Amino acid sequence: MGRRHGRARRAAEAPAVALLALALSGCSVERPGSVLAPAGPAARMELDLLGLSLVVVGAISAAVLLVLLYIVVRFRARPGDASEGADNPGVTWLEVAWTAVPAGLLVLLAVPSLTDTFYLAKPVAGGMRVTVVGHQYWWEYRYDDLGLVTANELHVPAARPLDLRVTSADVMHEFWVPRLGGKVDAAPGRRNFLYLQSDGPGVFAGECTQLCGASHAHMLTTVYADTPSAFEAWRAELTKPFSPPPPGSAAARGMQIFAAKCASCHAIRGTAFKGATGPDLTALMLRKTIGAGTLELNRENLVRWVTDASVFKPGVLMPSGKGKLALTDAQIRDVVAFLETLR
Amino acid sequence: MRTAQAFWRWLRPWLTTVDHKRIGILYLVSAAFFFAVGGVEAFLIRLQLMHPGSRLIVGDTYNGVVTLHGFNMILFAIMPLFLGFVNYVVPLQIGARDLAFPFLNALSFWLFLAGAVVFNWSIVAGQYPNDGWFAYAPLTLPAYTPGLGPDFYALGGQISGVGTLITGVNFVVTILNGRAPGMTLRRMPLFTWAALITSTMIVFAFPPLAADLFLLTFDRFLDANFFNVSLGGNVLIWQHLFWIFGHPEVYILILPAFGIVSEVVATFSRKSLFGYDSMVLALAAIAFLSFVVWSHHMFTAGMGPVVNGVFSVTTMMIAIPTGIKIFNWLATMWGGRIRFTTAMLYAVGFIPIFVLGGVTGVMVAMAPADYQYNMTYFVVAHFHYTMVGGSLFALLSAYHYWFPKIWGRMLDERLGKLSFWLVFTGFNVTFFPQHFLGLFGMPRRVYTYPDDWGLTTLNLVSTAGVFVLTAGFLVLLGNTVAALVRGERAPADPWDARTLEWSLPTPVPEYGFARIPLVTSRDAFWAMKKKASERETGSAPAPEEIHLPPPSALPFLIALGAASASFGLIYGKPWLGAPGAALVAFGLYRGMFGRAPGVVVRPAEEVRA
Ligand code: HEC
Ligand SMILES: [Cu+2]
Repeated sequence: MGRRHGRARRAAEAPAVALLALALSGCSVERPGSVLAPAGPAARMELDLLGLSLVVVGAISAAVLLVLLYIVVRFRARPGDASEGADNPGVTWLEVAWTAVPAGLLVLLAVPSLTDTFYLAKPVAGGMRVTVVGHQYWWEYRYDDLGLVTANELHVPAARPLDLRVTSADVMHEFWVPRLGGKVDAAPGRRNFLYLQSDGPGVFAGECTQLCGASHAHMLTTVYADTPSAFEAWRAELTKPFSPPPPGSAAARGMQIFAAKCASCHAIRGTAFKGATGPDLTALMLRKTIGAGTLELNRENLVRWVTDASVFKPGVLMPSGKGKLALTDAQIRDVVAFLETLR
Repeated sequence: MRTAQAFWRWLRPWLTTVDHKRIGILYLVSAAFFFAVGGVEAFLIRLQLMHPGSRLIVGDTYNGVVTLHGFNMILFAIMPLFLGFVNYVVPLQIGARDLAFPFLNALSFWLFLAGAVVFNWSIVAGQYPNDGWFAYAPLTLPAYTPGLGPDFYALGGQISGVGTLITGVNFVVTILNGRAPGMTLRRMPLFTWAALITSTMIVFAFPPLAADLFLLTFDRFLDANFFNVSLGGNVLIWQHLFWIFGHPEVYILILPAFGIVSEVVATFSRKSLFGYDSMVLALAAIAFLSFVVWSHHMFTAGMGPVVNGVFSVTTMMIAIPTGIKIFNWLATMWGGRIRFTTAMLYAVGFIPIFVLGGVTGVMVAMAPADYQYNMTYFVVAHFHYTMVGGSLFALLSAYHYWFPKIWGRMLDERLGKLSFWLVFTGFNVTFFPQHFLGLFGMPRRVYTYPDDWGLTTLNLVSTAGVFVLTAGFLVLLGNTVAALVRGERAPADPWDARTLEWSLPTPVPEYGFARIPLVTSRDAFWAMKKKASERETGSAPAPEEIHLPPPSALPFLIALGAASASFGLIYGKPWLGAPGAALVAFGLYRGMFGRAPGVVVRPAEEVRA
């Protein structure tokens, strides 16, 4: 992304970035959502703007604060002093100066800001198209070129530009992966473009930033920027034919329950299960978490989730297994056994 | 029985008053109440966020508290606090006896209160709006938010909005037509200028809100489908109309603050204001620009680079007139004899904090950078720096400045300073870390956050700040009570001030000026004090009798009817709604066509002499 960054601008930003680095070096805490640790060109471009603006506004603020401090000390009324300050209705050159100088500084900020606005508004060549659909409280990912559908955990080839088309199936959401770049609204009836890209392989946290209901706080996501081979392996897993569990096993019983109770909402590739209100569960076991980053994926959590997801996510739209779906503990264990075969 | 009668004798004048001073006090007291409500809500929010994973208020309850906090603070606390001071002070500053339309003024107040009550009734009903103060569609539609919450929001906002709109008209007319002889526009105090410009903004900003709330009301009550995408609706309509109101609204909350700071800084520097003309022009420029920047709230709505670019540039331009104001205040203090009273401390404290809020405003105005800041705590920090550190500090300055005139007592300065330092420290400890919370990825309106995102310490610090802030407000409350109970009696002009309201005796007589002053220069009262002789020759002869508009119960009844009509609509109870609507119609009819004799007052001999 060197193309648009003049050396002068880099030099100007250096102090601000150094300052931020200093502020952060004290704390060795890892911050998976930090804008200040960009991991791709879009995020870096945006951080550069932050750095540039910080230099400019930092200088202005510091100047104002110093003058204010001087005034407060120097022109303090001495006790018993009843004299007046000398009136001064205005000084033209001064007033012109403090109008023109800030205006000039703003131009300095506006120019890169505008060029970046236009740059970020269109897809980068060779990008991978993914449709991102916000749902009350989870993310659906549709790989338009690959014909894949998954949820909450987005696998992409590392360093490949992403051409995301973001929309919503219900209310307003907003899609954000801070270390890869800025956010965009997921609005029903609209498809908003977002360009993200990673520098290399890595795992990047993301989340919904638009209040979307009771579990807005539990609408996280993860982007896995995979090496080419890892991405290929993942894709192969998702597309391989469905193999039904051996007859008579717990999983086979679970599959029947799934067909009766779950398939109206959940789809699994290669089966007759085509529900679309809930996340696609194809190759579920490849995920690290369930419930949009709410719980680690393991047997115990799957049981708890199917038993009653609203314990973890208030207002969740998945009905409780114990309540509304009227499943027994044994049935829940069977269904989970079936889920565990999904890989 | 006796006490009941005494109580009624005390209450009645308040219910029927059309006197701008009493109405000002009504605004101040009720807004202070809603400020306390909003404050408790803020406190709950910070308690919940103190640690990751706490379960004090979760999910929809948390969202409700956030919504109530935002809407209460903006529409029912900060704005009416300003309106209270504007009501009390502006007519006195321009040498007017009252507003142009005293009846409408009372109506404005009661409608505001009725709206605030309808909105907050949602707490009592246990079904509060929980879609955020800007309530983005389609979350507010019954499909996603069943229950009554958004109904209280829409109707409460609508009623109080009408009240505010009327008051806007009233002040434009009053300031343009009601000035004392010699009080030319360019001699008006800055606070009056700010009131004039703010009122003009109200006139243009509130109709879009009314339209937006109507669309929501129609969608919720009549399935009108304005925001229902599957039937051809469009959710961006809500956002555009809301911010066409909402952005001017945040400037409606800051321009009066600029006016207050200008008055206080000049008075306590013992100098006239530096750059008067540029101050007025800057106010006007900010007001104009504030109507052409609304889409910067929607940089991530997918409007395309041209729209984002244009709104980004207009937004940055606001920094120029705002900077002018800051520099002019500094230049006013330069060479002055600065007295650090509590009022002045708040005004001076306002400056650095508003600078910080302003420069983060420039940062979020850069669209691509805002793709990162938008909807995070960075923005939360930014607007609390402008609205708490800005608007509220100015209000606290105004409070300490005009308290002696309004209540006739002096606040204790030592307690005042203690509360200032607590508020100043608490404010910064609370909100400064929130810039970093935003940069570290914490979105707005989440009731909890992951414990491994490095957000834990800063959230704890932020919550700690709230305790200090609260202590500051408690000291302020104690100071107020002490002053009212056994405070020193206030002289007419305790600060050696510059504008006409200080020329009146304390307490201000019902009729205000016995003799309408004759204004010969800016800082009219200061000039009179310097040329004491001119005061004798310079004012109009004192009238024998002063005619005042008659008190009326109609404004109160109209508002009562409006509230009752809303409740009838919300609860689907015609027996509650129909009489309410009838009362509104009757009240308006009587108010417009009824005749009532005015009241005649004879000013005491000594003032006429
Ligand atoms: C009414 C529709 C509905 C039904 C029926 C339903 N679910 Fe769900 N399910 C959902 C929704 C919606 C979510 C997403 C919840 C969230 O994360 O907010 C979900 C999430 C899940 C997840 C987590 C997926 C992930 O990657 O986060 C699992 C596992 C799951 N459901 C299993 C089941 C099973 C097993 C059943 C049958 C017993 C079932 N669901 C029935 C709607 C449904
Ligand atoms: Cu969301």
